Amino acid sequence: MSSLLVLAIVVAIGLVAFFIGRQRAAAQDDGRVKPHSRAHYHGWWAFLLAVLPALLLLAAWNIGSSIYLDRHIHAALPERTADSKVASEALDVSLVKSLAKGLRQLDAGTLAALPATFAELQPLLAAKGVALASDTQDYMIPIAAEANTVQSRLSLIGAAVTLVLSIAGALYAFRQIAPRARARNNVERLMLWGLLAASTIAILTTVGIVLSMLFQTITFFESVSPMSFFFGTVWDPRFAAAGSGGSQGQFGLIPLLAGTLYIAAVALLVAVPVGLMSAVYMSEYATPRVRSVVKPALELLAGIPTIVYGIFAVVTLGPFLRDLSAALTGGSPFIQGQSIFTAGLVMGVMLIPVVSSLSDDIITAVPRAMRDGSLGLGATRSETIKRVILPAALPGIVGAILLTASRAIGETMIVVLAAGVAANLTINPFEAMTTITVKIVNQLTGDLEFNSPQTLVAFALGLTLFALTLVMNIVALYIVRKYREQYE
Amino acid sequence: MNIMTEQSLENAVGDKMNAKSNEVIKMRGDKVGVFYGEKQALFDVNLDVRLNQVTALIGPSGCGKSTFLRCLNRMNDTIDSARVTGKITLDEEDIYDKNIDVVELRARVGMVFQKPNPFPKSIYENVAYGPRIHGLAKRKADMDQIVESSLKKAAIWNEVKDRLQEPGTGLSGGQQQRLCIARAIAVSPEVILMDEPCSALDPIATARVEELIDELRQNYTIVIVTHSMQQAARVSQRTAMFHLGYLVEEGATDKMFTTPDDKRTQDYITGRFG
Repeated sequence: MSSLLVLAIVVAIGLVAFFIGRQRAAAQDDGRVKPHSRAHYHGWWAFLLAVLPALLLLAAWNIGSSIYLDRHIHAALPERTADSKVASEALDVSLVKSLAKGLRQLDAGTLAALPATFAELQPLLAAKGVALASDTQDYMIPIAAEANTVQSRLSLIGAAVTLVLSIAGALYAFRQIAPRARARNNVERLMLWGLLAASTIAILTTVGIVLSMLFQTITFFESVSPMSFFFGTVWDPRFAAAGSGGSQGQFGLIPLLAGTLYIAAVALLVAVPVGLMSAVYMSEYATPRVRSVVKPALELLAGIPTIVYGIFAVVTLGPFLRDLSAALTGGSPFIQGQSIFTAGLVMGVMLIPVVSSLSDDIITAVPRAMRDGSLGLGATRSETIKRVILPAALPGIVGAILLTASRAIGETMIVVLAAGVAANLTINPFEAMTTITVKIVNQLTGDLEFNSPQTLVAFALGLTLFALTLVMNIVALYIVRKYREQYE
Repeated sequence: MNIMTEQSLENAVGDKMNAKSNEVIKMRGDKVGVFYGEKQALFDVNLDVRLNQVTALIGPSGCGKSTFLRCLNRMNDTIDSARVTGKITLDEEDIYDKNIDVVELRARVGMVFQKPNPFPKSIYENVAYGPRIHGLAKRKADMDQIVESSLKKAAIWNEVKDRLQEPGTGLSGGQQQRLCIARAIAVSPEVILMDEPCSALDPIATARVEELIDELRQNYTIVIVTHSMQQAARVSQRTAMFHLGYLVEEGATDKMFTTPDDKRTQDYITGRFG
């Protein structure tokens, strides 16, 4: 019996329990005792008792039975000898498992008269659309068939126990129903746990991400010293073939870090003034009608995938700027087709809606009393904005800018296309440069041995990037919090 | 409470005698009407504001008294849907005339709001804000002078002189309101409009602000909106009673509180409605 079917049945039992529970609770309310919980709380409590323990058991059972099956196959396999045809024991087990999976496709008649050799079996399976590795051995066939019987027995027991538990849970809940029973409190407590679990997932994932990068980074630093990584000025990882013992290459972070910060700075230089001014216009000057058109239009910009911006940069803007610079100097272009300037410009346009939408909310949140106070003293609108509203909103705006900067630092696709992948170290904004994110993608794609420093450096880069944006976000939150109450 | 009211009335009567001499009309409202979108909030209000007197606007909530006050320095302009009809003059000049610069008008007719609203700046900067915008001080010393004299006039100098660089938002509610009054005085307005300036203050702070209003009358013309009948009686020389967007009655404060002409005024001040 498949787990999905069991799941569906358990939920169905839960729903039935809900209706019965609600019905019973309502029937008990004879008007003499004021019920503690409304009827539908009893229903939900019955639902939860019927579903939750049963599903937890089902999950545990499935994990346990798959471990048991692995052991079982392991024990059944012949003793490994020097002339074993399969490379490793783990491969042995997984071959049996995929064979077993294939056998499940066959009908009962074929299974009863199973051919003894893989050569005979293969056409039968192929007819069912099952492709198997060619080094599957003859001795695996009976083991796989045996494994299938064990598994179907296990899952049948699991399903039965689960369903019994589900029904038992529902019955237990029905017995609890009484006018003064605190079903509402029980349901609320479970809700709380559910919400708690949801918020824990995000935190645990973050921890998991950091740890997974941390261990790879430590491995990386075993072959490359942290000094040469953090302070090296040359990025030249040398894509030597795996195991050829070729030269190690240099993994200097500085050119990538400089490129990341440079491009982000250019992008912010574009996005912050334009975004801020459009936010001021929308929150202070625009009539509701203009605002209702312009604001969604601006936010539409934020919905365009960044790769599309990248295409725009590389196909249209880059060549245009190159030709423009060529025309200006009369021949030799001083802006390369792929440059920091182009990437920053396009990224800046991408970030305008982020800045403007965040700042718009912040500016609108400045109390009307501030505006009135300033206007009542005979200040003009722009004086009010410049001297009262923007200073009052400044902490929030700084926070918004730092959040935007985090996005600029993390951006990849625009940079790949608009600024190239060459890890130069330059201060000329019209030359190509690249960023940390681009190099992470670069190092992880391609046919590199996973344990080589060439690949592992990606994790060190990722961790550096994580630390960088984390610090920026912490600073942003700190600033926003520190000054938040200023005008309250 | 009754005794207090009578005492205040006596004071008000005493003030009246002194004020009789100069009855110059500073501002005049002529058939003023205000619309918020389609809805009319104020109907044909004719009201004079006399020089160096305190004019109190009273009436139940939503009667249009704050709306009228906000017309006097065109603060209603900042509300998109608001439209003003009729004529309001300041020194016989129509303030809704096309030639009038609203910024200049607001420098002449200052405003203090219901809730103290100091800017999130230092005490000094709060007061210096207006003069700085209007370029009233050439040198730092002049600005110091303006700040000091404004804070003195607002009767808060002694409390803040040692901490002028601290944020104005850190003061107590009553101090904040006096700071806002100092801020309004700093641009040397001719008229000061006060929109329920004491409604967010405790009784002691209220007493300080009321005292201050009485002192300010020497140099400024004041229009005050208030919910408190006692306050109107204590601080004002003239009172105008609003009801449902109409000006019910206007006259000398002592007369309004003793022998009002209109039944509604009498009901309101004796607490029968509102």
